[in-house]
Amino acid sequence: MSGLRDLYAQQFKTTFASMLQYRASLVIWMIGHVLEPLVYLIVWSTVSTTGGGSVGDYTTRDFAAYFLVMMLVNHVTYTWIMYEYEYRVREGNLSFALLRPVHPIHADIADNVSSKLITLPFMLLIAFILALIFRPTIAVVPWAAAAFLPALLLAFLLRYLIEWTLALTAFWTTRVGAVNQTYFVAMLFLSGQMAPLSLFPMPIKIAATILPFRWMVSFPVELFLGQLTPIEAAEGILGQVLWVGIAFVLLRMVWRAGVRVYSAVGA
Amino acid sequence: MSYLRLFWAFFRIGVMGEAAYRINFFIQLFQSLLELATSLAGLAVIFSYTNSLGGWSPDEVLALVGVYFLIGGMIGLVIQPGMEQLIEDVREGTLDFTLTKPEDAQLLVSLRQVDIWRLVDIVMGFGVLTAALLRLGEHVGTAQAAAFGATLLCGAVIIYSFWLILATLSFWFVRVENILQIFQSMYEAGRWPISLYPGWLRFALTFIVPVAFAVTVPTEALTGRLSGTTLLGAVALSVVLLVVSRLIWLRGLRQYSGASA
Repeated sequence: MSGLRDLYAQQFKTTFASMLQYRASLVIWMIGHVLEPLVYLIVWSTVSTTGGGSVGDYTTRDFAAYFLVMMLVNHVTYTWIMYEYEYRVREGNLSFALLRPVHPIHADIADNVSSKLITLPFMLLIAFILALIFRPTIAVVPWAAAAFLPALLLAFLLRYLIEWTLALTAFWTTRVGAVNQTYFVAMLFLSGQMAPLSLFPMPIKIAATILPFRWMVSFPVELFLGQLTPIEAAEGILGQVLWVGIAFVLLRMVWRAGVRVYSAVGA
Repeated sequence: MSYLRLFWAFFRIGVMGEAAYRINFFIQLFQSLLELATSLAGLAVIFSYTNSLGGWSPDEVLALVGVYFLIGGMIGLVIQPGMEQLIEDVREGTLDFTLTKPEDAQLLVSLRQVDIWRLVDIVMGFGVLTAALLRLGEHVGTAQAAAFGATLLCGAVIIYSFWLILATLSFWFVRVENILQIFQSMYEAGRWPISLYPGWLRFALTFIVPVAFAVTVPTEALTGRLSGTTLLGAVALSVVLLVVSRLIWLRGLRQYSGASA
């Protein structure tokens, strides 16, 4: 365990420095991460204003709160690993990572976390400015706010494991674009990126709850906004833990099979 | 006319190059259909709670989606591939090969790369647009159709000039592909009527990244909500941008010194 801790400490030092060199890409990701929720916030606010101030159980200001918190949760949990892996496999760079005596996922996690340490202050600032414009109503419930942190952490872990596993499709096909796009569409509807899940028809709500999507983004948001009862929150965290377990097993299986088919170009 | 002939020649080369990879067609078809389905499902959710979005009826927003695909397909078909190649060529110094050809270099760099499968988006855009128009029914007259054609052309010119300006910046700065990516994420905002957005964002989407003129304005023309001033503005902006992009291009060429030459 202490070996792993040293490893992360070292990884953070190097990736933090290299992330600072990729400022432009970080800015591009941030623009996308602000713009998309902002557009949906504006669309739903418009619907709400025309409908007399609310849609379902959401008022205009509730939408502002939902999408601003969603923007932050989405940013904290996102990964770019699916693009990265296609490149690694295609160019044969993965060979170097395979030669190391530790699982390559650790370096990727360190990468991801250090990029967010750099961008998060800016995202918080943007969220604050947008909050001044759209005036969300956020009533913080102390216990829910306390439960939010572990829920967010589990959401990050789950999304990380799922997307890392999905990225391994690159071992079998060079056309991961179509696979990724399908996944993003599922995320858009089922993880609450497009609208709060409570506004969707029943079948979609059920699908989002059974599948891992709700647990990766929407659940921490609902929790933070105080929309859940303590029982629902506990069930949710249990669901997250369960899915993290499933994703972990899945990742190990796919990784083992994938490395076997991997034959680096030029190695 | 020579432009068209040249485009046709490059288009044929594109077809020949891709004919060996027919599976790409099905993948593009799948991705385009998925994107369309996503758009339509999103509209279905939103319009299940309202019947007008910022004064736009469902069919009008559907027409907007059609135009969005049409313009997006056009960007993907020829503008984006050509401009990405230009940036690459400037960095590598291989633009020399284009400059020595006996045809205007701006024309060549703009037309020479054709990603033929993106035609799928254009066809689909027309399909969606036709469906929307059929549902809108008799509201579309000859005047509207003419205004639509004019504003669509202006939108195309504006988008082309804008991309050319961005890509031409590579003569001075090395890393401009990042700016192009920012354009892509801003273009997404054009899926919805620009009038929904608050003033500052509308301003940005009209004048900083001219998405409004490319998607919203042609749709407004079609649905008869276009004012004479906007039409004039679109024409004026397209002419100005076309001239400015040409000037910047000529200026940039002087900056270019090749790599190996």
